[in-house]
Amino acid sequence: MKALIILLILTPFLAFSQYPDGKDLLAKIDRNMSSTSRVFTSKMIIHGRRSSRTIESKTWSQGDKKAFTEYLSPAREKGNKMLKLEEQLWIYSPSTDRTISISGHMLRQSVMGSDMSYEDMMEDPKLLNHYNAKVIAEETIDGRPCWVLRLDAFDPSMAYQLRKIWVDKQHYIPLKEELYASGGKLLKKTTLSDIRNIQGRWFPMKIVFKDMLKEGEGTEFIIEEIRFDENIPEYIFSKASLKK
Amino acid sequence: MLSIKLAYKNLIGAGLRTWLNVFVLSLAFVIIIWHKGMLDGWDHQAKSDMIAWECGGGQYWNDKYDPNDLFTLEESHGILPQTLKELETKKEATSILISQGSIYPEGRMQSVLLKGIDPDQQILDIPSTKLKTAGSEIQVLIGEYMAKTNRLKKGDVFSMRWRTSNGAFDAADAVVAGIFKTNVPTVDAAQLWLPIETLRQMLDMPDESTILVTRQISENHPEAKGWKFQNLSILLSDVDKMIQAKSISGSILWLILMMLAMLAIFDTQVLSIFRRQKEIGTCIALGMTKGQVIRLFTIEGAMHSIFAMIVALLWGTPLLYLQAVKGITMPGDKNTYGITIADVLYPSYSLGLVASTCIIVFITTAIVSYLPSRKIAGMNPTEAIRGKIK
Repeated sequence: MKALIILLILTPFLAFSQYPDGKDLLAKIDRNMSSTSRVFTSKMIIHGRRSSRTIESKTWSQGDKKAFTEYLSPAREKGNKMLKLEEQLWIYSPSTDRTISISGHMLRQSVMGSDMSYEDMMEDPKLLNHYNAKVIAEETIDGRPCWVLRLDAFDPSMAYQLRKIWVDKQHYIPLKEELYASGGKLLKKTTLSDIRNIQGRWFPMKIVFKDMLKEGEGTEFIIEEIRFDENIPEYIFSKASLKK
Repeated sequence: MLSIKLAYKNLIGAGLRTWLNVFVLSLAFVIIIWHKGMLDGWDHQAKSDMIAWECGGGQYWNDKYDPNDLFTLEESHGILPQTLKELETKKEATSILISQGSIYPEGRMQSVLLKGIDPDQQILDIPSTKLKTAGSEIQVLIGEYMAKTNRLKKGDVFSMRWRTSNGAFDAADAVVAGIFKTNVPTVDAAQLWLPIETLRQMLDMPDESTILVTRQISENHPEAKGWKFQNLSILLSDVDKMIQAKSISGSILWLILMMLAMLAIFDTQVLSIFRRQKEIGTCIALGMTKGQVIRLFTIEGAMHSIFAMIVALLWGTPLLYLQAVKGITMPGDKNTYGITIADVLYPSYSLGLVASTCIIVFITTAIVSYLPSRKIAGMNPTEAIRGKIK
């Protein structure tokens, strides 16, 4: 009887101990998702209440400090450029030949009415540097077994203080992510799919961002081509390149 | 005196010609006074409303605060220094904390300014006591225009998102505790008023404020480091600029009306001099100097404006009085104008306004009457008596 009681008490702990270490899992995710640099062309499909818009762009980024994006289409947006250095962002519009600068919290505003923020679009942060991670459950998404990872920010400046990530057990890639407000309200949901092996790492080529407070079908972010650890010339990340 | 009597008799003798000129001039009189009165009334009402709803007796702004630059909101907040805290304790001033946020009524995203105010304040007309309602959601107060544009009504619940002082996102549900009606769009459009303590907790900014509004009659404005005092002439300068711009555009109307009236006077004068040559010649032959004849004609012309004042007094006074009492209802949705303007505008006519208009019109008429009369100086009396034009 005594042994049974001890077994019952320990069962949850035994089950919990079967989960991998959150930090290790996060390190594996970062190995897939983060790189020293990357160059990609993408298509952002913004689904509005009445119609949808598609914006194509090319982005060069280096870690989470430097990024440069140029819009390729539609014609109205073509030639618009964005440069992000540290906490500062410059947006150049060829139609007005003007550069405007935004910084700080404004980087967390929506890009062109989409469900993505400037940070979402241009940054490539290493989650391990900002969050404590803990595996809290196991679930299956689209037939693929996943670990459910809970991330609590130890950095109070992180936009989302709490995240939940469903990590593919085989490829160590997030298949779904939920981003929460400090108070616990679900703010954003992302679904990652079309996982491909590129340069020896698994990477999702399609991400659907959905602002959970807003009506609509969200914003699709489709990566058409991506190259990791490219040697990007330093002039790309200069203000002079905005007007080139 | 003789010239005045003669001028009066000549004008009355001219009959309909005189009265037509007088009526046109009286029309100019009344419209000029009405237009100026409208602008003065608007100026007065707009300033009173802004003082009551937004400016109080002046405001202390955090040094980094710039209402025209939303980017400054991130940094422009702080704890009030002791001297200003004392004003607040004595109920001589009230704090307002301002931040940016987003609301999602019916799933639509709308950027708003979150403004925290003490529910017990009595400095501004904002009905902040309505924020005292208890409930699990955050109580918010909005203006009629904000309610209309976002299709919100009292009791509606919607999601609200904001960033804490560290930049982290936070969100909660808010409920419309009340809707107020105001003529001041800068406290209504895209703004959410909530209890200042609630907002301080939400933003993690304990005891902090962005601006401090002082009581209307207060003249106690001590210096405070890190905070700059903005007096009413600064806070209301936008209204002054707007009225000034409107006055300039209004002066075009004034100019057209005056030109029409003056053209009529000028025309009459030219015609008089042409038709009354024999009379001019006789006057000079009887001993009047050319200067005296010129003066007679100038007085005749200028007397039109005196008659016009009397006629304008007769038909204009009841009309202008009626408008001053009943007011003029502004057409359409005035909130979309983005300027402080009341539903009903009451023109304000001051003695100074009427007197200055009378003097300007009289002087202008006298000058216009004198110009064609100068022709008399070049007349040969004998030729004039014979009716020959030189």
